[in-house]
Amino acid sequence: MTPDLMEAGAKARAAHAARRGAGYGAPVATGAPVFTQGVALYVEDLTVSFDGFKALDALSLTVDVGELRCIIGPNGAGKTTMMDCITGKTRPDAGRLSFGSNVDLRRLTEPQIAQIGIGRKFQKPTVYEPLTVFENLELSLQGARGVRASLFSRLTGAQLDRLGELLELIHLKAEAERAAGLLSHGQKQWLEIGMLLAQDPKLLLLDEPVAGMTDEETERTGELFLSLEGKHSLVVVEHDMKFVEQLTEGRRKVTVLHEGRVLAEGRLAELQNDERVVEVYLGR
Amino acid sequence: MNTKLLSPRGWAGVAAALAVLLVLVPVLHLAVPPDSALHLREFHVSLLGKILCYAICALAIDLIWGYAGILSLGHGLFFALGGYAMGMYLMRQIGSDGQYRLPMPDFMVFLNWKEFPWHWAVSDSLVAQALLVVLVPGLLAFVFGYFAFRSRIKGVYFSIITQALTFAAMLLFFRNETGFGGNNGFTDFKRIAGVPLNTPGMRVTLCVLSGVVLVAFFVMSRAIVQSRFGRVLQAIRDAESRVMFSGYDPVRYKLAIWTLSAVMCGVAGALYVPQVGIINPSEMSPAASIEMAIWAAVGGRGTLIGPILGAFFVNGAKSWFTVAFPEFWLYFLGALFIAVTLFLPDGLTGLLRRPGGLLGLLKRKPRP
Amino acid sequence: MTCLTGLRALLAGLLLGLAAAWCGSAAALTPELAVRIASGDSDARIAALGEAVRAADPALGAFLQALLADEVKVAGGRAFVLRDGKAVEAASGAAATLPEGAEDVVNNNRMRREIEAVLAALALLSSDREARAKAIVELKEQAGERADAGKLALIDKALAAETDAALKDQLAQLRAAALINADDKAQRLAAARELAASGQPATRALLGARLAVETDAEVKVALQSAQDAVQSRLAWGERLGVLFSGISLGSILMLVALGLAVTYGLMGVINMAHGELMMIGAYATYVVQNLFRAWAPGWFDAYVLVAIPVSFLVAALVGAALERSVIRWLYGRPLETLLATWGISLILMQAVRSIFGAQNVAVENPSWLSGGVQVLPNLTLPYNRIAILVFAALVLAGVALLIARTRLGLFVRGVTQNRRMAACVGVNTARVDTYAFALGAGIAGLAGCALSQVGNVGPDLGQGYIVDSFMVVVLGGVGQLAGTVYAGLGLGIVNKLLEGWQGAVLAKIMVLVLIVVFIQKRPQGLFALKGRSAEA
Repeated sequence: MTPDLMEAGAKARAAHAARRGAGYGAPVATGAPVFTQGVALYVEDLTVSFDGFKALDALSLTVDVGELRCIIGPNGAGKTTMMDCITGKTRPDAGRLSFGSNVDLRRLTEPQIAQIGIGRKFQKPTVYEPLTVFENLELSLQGARGVRASLFSRLTGAQLDRLGELLELIHLKAEAERAAGLLSHGQKQWLEIGMLLAQDPKLLLLDEPVAGMTDEETERTGELFLSLEGKHSLVVVEHDMKFVEQLTEGRRKVTVLHEGRVLAEGRLAELQNDERVVEVYLGR
Repeated sequence: MNTKLLSPRGWAGVAAALAVLLVLVPVLHLAVPPDSALHLREFHVSLLGKILCYAICALAIDLIWGYAGILSLGHGLFFALGGYAMGMYLMRQIGSDGQYRLPMPDFMVFLNWKEFPWHWAVSDSLVAQALLVVLVPGLLAFVFGYFAFRSRIKGVYFSIITQALTFAAMLLFFRNETGFGGNNGFTDFKRIAGVPLNTPGMRVTLCVLSGVVLVAFFVMSRAIVQSRFGRVLQAIRDAESRVMFSGYDPVRYKLAIWTLSAVMCGVAGALYVPQVGIINPSEMSPAASIEMAIWAAVGGRGTLIGPILGAFFVNGAKSWFTVAFPEFWLYFLGALFIAVTLFLPDGLTGLLRRPGGLLGLLKRKPRP
Repeated sequence: MTCLTGLRALLAGLLLGLAAAWCGSAAALTPELAVRIASGDSDARIAALGEAVRAADPALGAFLQALLADEVKVAGGRAFVLRDGKAVEAASGAAATLPEGAEDVVNNNRMRREIEAVLAALALLSSDREARAKAIVELKEQAGERADAGKLALIDKALAAETDAALKDQLAQLRAAALINADDKAQRLAAARELAASGQPATRALLGARLAVETDAEVKVALQSAQDAVQSRLAWGERLGVLFSGISLGSILMLVALGLAVTYGLMGVINMAHGELMMIGAYATYVVQNLFRAWAPGWFDAYVLVAIPVSFLVAALVGAALERSVIRWLYGRPLETLLATWGISLILMQAVRSIFGAQNVAVENPSWLSGGVQVLPNLTLPYNRIAILVFAALVLAGVALLIARTRLGLFVRGVTQNRRMAACVGVNTARVDTYAFALGAGIAGLAGCALSQVGNVGPDLGQGYIVDSFMVVVLGGVGQLAGTVYAGLGLGIVNKLLEGWQGAVLAKIMVLVLIVVFIQKRPQGLFALKGRSAEA
């Protein structure tokens, strides 16, 4: 046996072991997500109905690892419901939901889903009002979520540094000790984005993240999201077409939802010429 | 980032409280002669001790209500269970000095029981019963809380179910067969650990002990609410769904603070019983638990010190009314409930901190 | 009477008695017999009575009636009856003059019972069917006591003369009951078999008593199988009895919870003073009763009909006052409402204590609500409970109609479902709130009126029901009245069933535990509106 053959063999064995660890066959409920297939989020035939009204109607889409995907569509298309299903707030009536290739999201609780690396920013900025900006970020910081840890742990130097970075990033360093309830709407949005980043999720779900922001803030937010692409996967639901243009930079995929189903998918320019999309949403 | 346990003013307050307890009370009761104006009478020592125990309960209620948003209207049950556990030991300590001059408690002789029931197995050991003071309320709270929080019962439904729980327990303890003295409960205590109970020295000791335990629990509670745990609790109180998306499991946090508060009430009950000399099922009545909630509300929830003050205020008033104008006590208490909910949502401490003072109270608009 | 005279009288009596027994047929009520019945110690008198029964002289009946009416006097060894102020010979009825020093005849309770029993036995031979039926019933009730050989003869006579088939069966039962303690084994055996056909609780007791002392194995077996047969027949009565109690309690719970369903279910207001509003309704009934007693005693039986609207109005007014002064400031804050209304309940209780006293007050049923209808030998359904069942059903129908069909109901529904929109379209939401709360309070008043007819009325009336009524609301789910109905009835029945099994306290505890467990599985209750959670 020559060294290079041995090396090749070791590599093959490692690859094989990695594939085996990926869990071929039925997805398992818990355990770290595996992204070797290149898929971050896999939604198949997702169906949810409320009292006869079909919020999601066999919805299927796939988000790749490191992708920045925008989702647009009229109100009632099911965008928020889809996010509710992914994060575990709503149980789907039918369909599959998979994080990575192995984690079945339907079997996890909301805290568990957050802990394995899916973070969500809500339509309405929801921050912890009586706590300070700093404390809001601290709570969201990636780390142990148990009772004992929260009682006895102290912030490490590295964590303090990270919190400082985040405060800088969201431009709230000066307001660090202010109660979050006293922030302006735009500031709350930023705080919530900061909280999301603190969680360091692998998949970010952003529901109308720039609603109510000024143009300048919107552009800054866009730049932030673009900087996250690649290391994180992002799904952005938006109505602001200018923002979507900024995010997609003409080349990234955009999905259009309508009445609980995917109506069309493709580059923004193509969609703007698609009759169906124009009729349903974009307008002339 | 605020890691200070207490401000300097806070520490000063703690020191002052300890000074009063460890120095002033013993001196004024034991050393100062009875005819002096400064003498602290036996009645007042007992009253103080009793109110200190109630203050522990109020503190426990603040932890779950003020910080975690869980209103329990059945915490009197845990208080009573702790009291009964201590009561069992005290009944054994009576020895053969009871009415029937037998080594069994009077009520058992009266019921013609020949041996102790199984739950009295370790009742002659102070250490074992003290353990039960902690374990019994704790375990019951844990089991109940586990099922209740897991099924996402919240708000008013939860409060009503805690009422039902304490009501059911009260009915159970009223029966003689349950082995806790029926509707007479336990009374006529003589000794604790061999030392006679009704001496000035023992009275002061118990009173001071209750106070020291209160101070200790206060400092512990302060540490809890200042930690990340406390912040998560407050987040759960205000935005439970959001907290889940941050990755925290609210059930575990609620369960932890719920069980702790139950244990605190149990300890309070155990300190209370030797001081008042009696425990019976009326301590478990739904009304008793609702009163605990009002102590916290009057004082100001979410402040830790507020409910302690509230307990002193309400029970002080009760003591005064029942002597001076007994018929008016319930009118006063009822009016207090209404006034606090309508005008003083932040309690007395909120009143003291409010910039507009009392005039701010009068601005209220009904819903359209 | 001197000892000697007494002995002579006894001897004479015995001889006569023997003669009568020998003849086996009617010997008239002789003067001697009359005297012996009227005087002497109780045992002797009762023995004499036994002899007379065998004789079954119609004159005996009249004589015994007179004895009971204290119209008999004894003097000089003879008995006299005072009729219309004139004395007559007791046995013959011939006029006589009352000697000096005639003593009144005193009958103690035992004597009275014996006389009444004999009168009943005599009535067996009456020509009036009603009287005969009544007599049989009376005698059956005494069957458990001593089986009297004397009565046996009378029963046989009646049996022979009886033409009505149903009565004949009952007489046969009666005979068997008398014979169950006979010395003759064959007679006992026959009696046991005869009694197996009975459906009376008294028979079961009788069989049980005999079973305890019976020595003969064959008779024992017969007795046991007879008892089992009677038991299975009685079991139906007992089951239905439990069912009725359950439905009755359920109807009361439903009535109590109905008001709560309006205030909590529709308005989201937790009213801990609900029990006290009920108490106010009960006290209103009490006051109406007293007014009727003082000013219109002849119309007393109608007081309940007046009390119903009065208690509704009084409670509704109090409720409206509460809503205007306290509750309207606390909408949307259920925990605060809970505490504030608890404070109100304390004040209301204390106020009632100050006005009416802390003790229970007496509220009487009018005559048409007293008593009950006997459906089975061991099942009597009280009229007042039946009336409450009907009443609860009527109130439920009324409220449902009000909410579903009237303008007020429409406004209430609109305001509670979307206050802003209702205000936008011009509904005076504040006034509708007051009406809705007053309605809930008024229903509580009606429940209190109903409760006054079946239970005690005191300041603590409400406290006993508050936990139960909230359990009904929690179990039934909010937003619809159907939940309250089913939950109320269901809890009542389950409670009574468990009570029969384990006793009242454990039953209550079990019910509470069951509810908590049920809520685990289904937090929104039985009938919650879709989309609502268990949160307030």
